[in-house]
Amino acid sequence: MERETMHRLLRDMLLARVFEERAAEEYTKRNIAGFLHLYPGEEAVAAGVLNAASPADYIVSTYREHAHALVRGVPPGKVMAELFGRADGMSGGMGGSMHMFDRERRFMGGYAIVGESCPIGVGIAYSIAMRALPEAVICFFGDGAVNQGAFHEALNMAGLWHLPILFVCENNHYAIGTEVHRHSAVPELYKRVAAYNIPAEKIDGMDVLKVYDATRHALARIRRGGGPQFIECETYRYRGHSMADPDSYRPAVELKAYQAHDPLSAAIRNLEFRYPSPEELAAAGPDGISRLAQHMVDAGHVHEAEVEALKNDVQKIVDDAVQFAAASPPPTMDAAWRALNCNRHQEVLI
Amino acid sequence: MAQEMLYWQALNRAMDIEMEEDDSVFVLGEDVGLYGGSYRVTDGLYAKYGEWRVRDTPISEGGFTGVGVGAALVGMRPIVEIMTINFAMLALDSIVNGAAKISLMSGGQFPVGLVVRVPGGAAHQLAAQHAQRLEQMFMNVPGLRIAVPSTPQDAYWQLRQAIASDEPIVVLEHELLYFVKGMVDIVAEPPPMHRAAVRRPGKDLTIVSYSRMALLAQEAAAELAKEGIDAEVIDLRSLKPIDWDTCATSINKTHRLLVVEEDCRFAGAGAEMLASLTERCFFSFDAPPQRLAGLDIPTPYNGALEAASIPRVADIVDAARTLCKPAQKAAE
Repeated sequence: MERETMHRLLRDMLLARVFEERAAEEYTKRNIAGFLHLYPGEEAVAAGVLNAASPADYIVSTYREHAHALVRGVPPGKVMAELFGRADGMSGGMGGSMHMFDRERRFMGGYAIVGESCPIGVGIAYSIAMRALPEAVICFFGDGAVNQGAFHEALNMAGLWHLPILFVCENNHYAIGTEVHRHSAVPELYKRVAAYNIPAEKIDGMDVLKVYDATRHALARIRRGGGPQFIECETYRYRGHSMADPDSYRPAVELKAYQAHDPLSAAIRNLEFRYPSPEELAAAGPDGISRLAQHMVDAGHVHEAEVEALKNDVQKIVDDAVQFAAASPPPTMDAAWRALNCNRHQEVLI
Repeated sequence: MAQEMLYWQALNRAMDIEMEEDDSVFVLGEDVGLYGGSYRVTDGLYAKYGEWRVRDTPISEGGFTGVGVGAALVGMRPIVEIMTINFAMLALDSIVNGAAKISLMSGGQFPVGLVVRVPGGAAHQLAAQHAQRLEQMFMNVPGLRIAVPSTPQDAYWQLRQAIASDEPIVVLEHELLYFVKGMVDIVAEPPPMHRAAVRRPGKDLTIVSYSRMALLAQEAAAELAKEGIDAEVIDLRSLKPIDWDTCATSINKTHRLLVVEEDCRFAGAGAEMLASLTERCFFSFDAPPQRLAGLDIPTPYNGALEAASIPRVADIVDAARTLCKPAQKAAE
């Protein structure tokens, strides 16, 4: 793995974490309203999957999509401004937390009806296949979605027509408050996909490297003409379903156990540079120092201070995002009409 | 240049021409391909354009309508055929939560040029689950347009306009109109898709209607003429938006309004027409405006009962007659 990639994965996860914690804060200050579904605990999925995607690929997401947008490269200020409901938000303040779109980055929207992202993703994949383009669709949804008709209808069509789509199930174990073994007759969700002739695997969704690798391989299979692929990322959200969720259905010990496997801490541990001891340096021989240093660099390791610097950078980015959002004007009703009527090129009919 | 065509043939020709001109146009739905369409509307297109552009889908109305929404997001021009309006219930999420809302939700970044073609209406004893009209449900969804062609010419024009448009448009076709004949000019310049048509000029009352009922209204007007009542018949052609100006101009001339709809009366399409036109024309009315509509009952299977559950020509004649003689009525 390239050092640069390792860095980017870590930076994206840190940004997502700090951004979401700040969003929670801004929600309690009432700068953000409505439903706010946060991502802490699941960062390895967004970072791993989307860093493996190409800019030409299309992303279809859910109502828990801020981190997807951030990792896809949407300026954090635009994401925060959307949460604030302001004119400079991703969707001009018209969509909010659950409906973020970015045409330029092929970020095809967050959808708030569980399972709805699947047929929409299949429709985009159908268009790609019709044109025989080398692009793919990455379609996110949660464990709750696998019980929707839309999910099964979409998977059936994707399998039937051999479409270029990667289904990414973010299994955070809870359909709002109902745990997976209480909502799915087959609790190993990837097994339910076997019915549609789609290769499916389950991976540790809290290990960013595993997510990144699995996605790269899946996308490579798609681009080779291998048809739809399915990855179940087992993960966990540290917060409730939304800010409105008292989170009374989970034992505290469960949260603690998952936090012990925090994807960020794991990535940082993996990255941290351990200075070689004098004995190791001696054993490495005359050229050892440079060779060892090069190996560390190649392996993507970084110094602890670099991680701190990264954290500070991210903090600054999020502070700036909040400032940008707060300074952005509210949208006008005229802008709402213009958004709706983009369909008819602003023609006023009646 | 005009030629005689059946309503379904006009729709077929519209799709064929659009598909020929623009390779982003494609059709998907149940049995639209190999089978040729359950009402023959896609007849021949599969052989001509192949399976990717005329896609037979599984019986998954919600799913394949969502596929249409996704395709529209990336600039394709999908035409989704839902076999009958009754099955469109299963596609409501894709139409209402998806197609209708994405342009606004995305802040104007993503137009959704989706056409949903749906046959509906009471036709030859198909019973309650295959004989309804749901236009009022779609009318209440901001972001959608609804076309209701009653003639082969309008079917041709409006479907072509819908396919070329970037808006999500529901085209409501009536099952009893598919084998109605009419002249179709395929090169004439069409009026705007939402423009109402005055089918018969008159001075005594205005009958506003749409789809198959607009044809019945014209038959009724011919009957009324025999007894000296001169009815103006307006065919709306579009239920969203509605061309109020054409209606208001007529009412300001005739001073009487009768709305005729096949759909159920309560909170139906006619309720919107009466409300809006009363707001506009209150001081023009010489008599309270009236609605003639389907009964508030699921369509019974029995043929006589089915026929009695929706307006017939005689019912329209009666209602118009009553409306034109308010003074006599009041005196009785």
